[in-house]
Amino acid sequence: MLAVAGLTKQIGDQQILRGIDLQVASGETLVIIGRSGSGKSVLLKHLIGLMLPSSGEVFIEGRQIVGLKERQLLPIRKTVGMMFQGCALFDAMTVEENVAFPLREAGERNAGVIRAKVAEALEVVDLTGHEQKLPVNLSGGMKKRVALARVVITRPHCVLYDEPTAGLDPVVSDSINHLIRRLQRQFGVTSIVVTHDMKCAGHVADKVAFLHEGAIYFYGAFADLVASQDPLIQDFIQGRSGDKD
Amino acid sequence: MVALFMLLLRFLGSTALSLFGYLGELLFLMLETARSFVTMPVRWRLALGQILEVGYRSQLVVIVTGAFTGAVFAAQTYFQFHRLSMDTAVGAVVAVSMFRELGPVLTGLMVAGRVGAAMSAEIGTMKVTEQLDALRSLGVHPVDYLVVPRMIAMMLSMPMLVAECVGIGILTGMFVAVHLLGVSQVWYVNYMLRFTALRDLEMALTKGFVFGLLIVFVACNEGLKSKEGAVGVGRATTEAVVIGSLVILVINFFLTMVLNVFFPTT
Repeated sequence: MLAVAGLTKQIGDQQILRGIDLQVASGETLVIIGRSGSGKSVLLKHLIGLMLPSSGEVFIEGRQIVGLKERQLLPIRKTVGMMFQGCALFDAMTVEENVAFPLREAGERNAGVIRAKVAEALEVVDLTGHEQKLPVNLSGGMKKRVALARVVITRPHCVLYDEPTAGLDPVVSDSINHLIRRLQRQFGVTSIVVTHDMKCAGHVADKVAFLHEGAIYFYGAFADLVASQDPLIQDFIQGRSGDKD
Repeated sequence: MVALFMLLLRFLGSTALSLFGYLGELLFLMLETARSFVTMPVRWRLALGQILEVGYRSQLVVIVTGAFTGAVFAAQTYFQFHRLSMDTAVGAVVAVSMFRELGPVLTGLMVAGRVGAAMSAEIGTMKVTEQLDALRSLGVHPVDYLVVPRMIAMMLSMPMLVAECVGIGILTGMFVAVHLLGVSQVWYVNYMLRFTALRDLEMALTKGFVFGLLIVFVACNEGLKSKEGAVGVGRATTEAVVIGSLVILVINFFLTMVLNVFFPTT
């Protein structure tokens, strides 16, 4: 479904990504974990062509997207949805308009069809009854749900999640994790989740990639990651900084 | 001395490079917008919303600008011409000036301040809050969605705003000259009509159209490339107004020279 080969990214003097190789099978959920600044979100943006790599290749459903022009990327992006860390809801639009946006842009003009699909998408994310609210009047968890509804309404083959549980309380985080899992089971979507929330990783991952200083440090099952005796991985899992009081 | 010369050369070189880089950005945005306008379906609902924002909501600013510019210009012209017993020529001078220069330029500057700043701030905020990335991830080109509707709104609204500014300016100028300063209304109108023609209006509308395009491309370009959070949006907004205003003033000179060939004075 999605593959990356030899991906590097340099911004100024800083080497953000150092030769990433990854493959995500159809219907699989890959969780990319790593410390803040390790290049997780940058990697995610490369997967959908929102950023251009310094070198390397990115394939979506077998098609190489590096080197394509912005307008050539647009139809490909419609098969891959992305949920942004800050949700990126259009703040001038209501919840209903935000969720309906991809449908309208896809050319759907029938108000009845749009309303029904929006209601269905909001039901999937348990947010029925908030259609007329503006994003500014929503809590963090609700914004995440709206962002997710906007992504899934067009039934993309793959969904990229950038820190889906960041800044949420444990209960809301848990409900988002369930939602990601449910979407994968219900619609069979391929998912790539960037997070540093280990609970989230444990809940949704089929495979885990641990990113460290722009390179894949570990790739495998979540259980193997937890069982690893590597001090770097253990420090990350246990949340040890090594600093002293 | 040589070192100083090299320093000056380096400064001039980097300034020229920045200028050409900026012009390249603007040109690229113009070409992308023109391509989108011609080849992609236009979002007319968004364009209508922008017409409301650009055209309708700029009325007060433009009316006040036109009214007081016409009034003060008529008064100043009268004070100078009165000494030469040329009072009745005030109407012609005010009308020609409002049509050919003051109307288009002042409307352009006011709209650059009001609308250009708003456009830049809105798009800039969308950029730093990842809403532009969200648009792109949903398969929508930001130029199609944000720039084209604004360009259409400017192309339609600016000539009308200029016409409104000119009309109000001429009317208030006449009011001041005739009713406050005692110029004969018959002669005022007679000279005004004798020295103005349709080509003056055409020149005003052409300038308004061009200034509208300049404002929209400068403002959208600043918004689209803004970064570094709130500070970046603030900087983009300021630059949209400053660059937009300067571009209007500079281009106005060249436009005047060129348009005078097509629309010579009566």
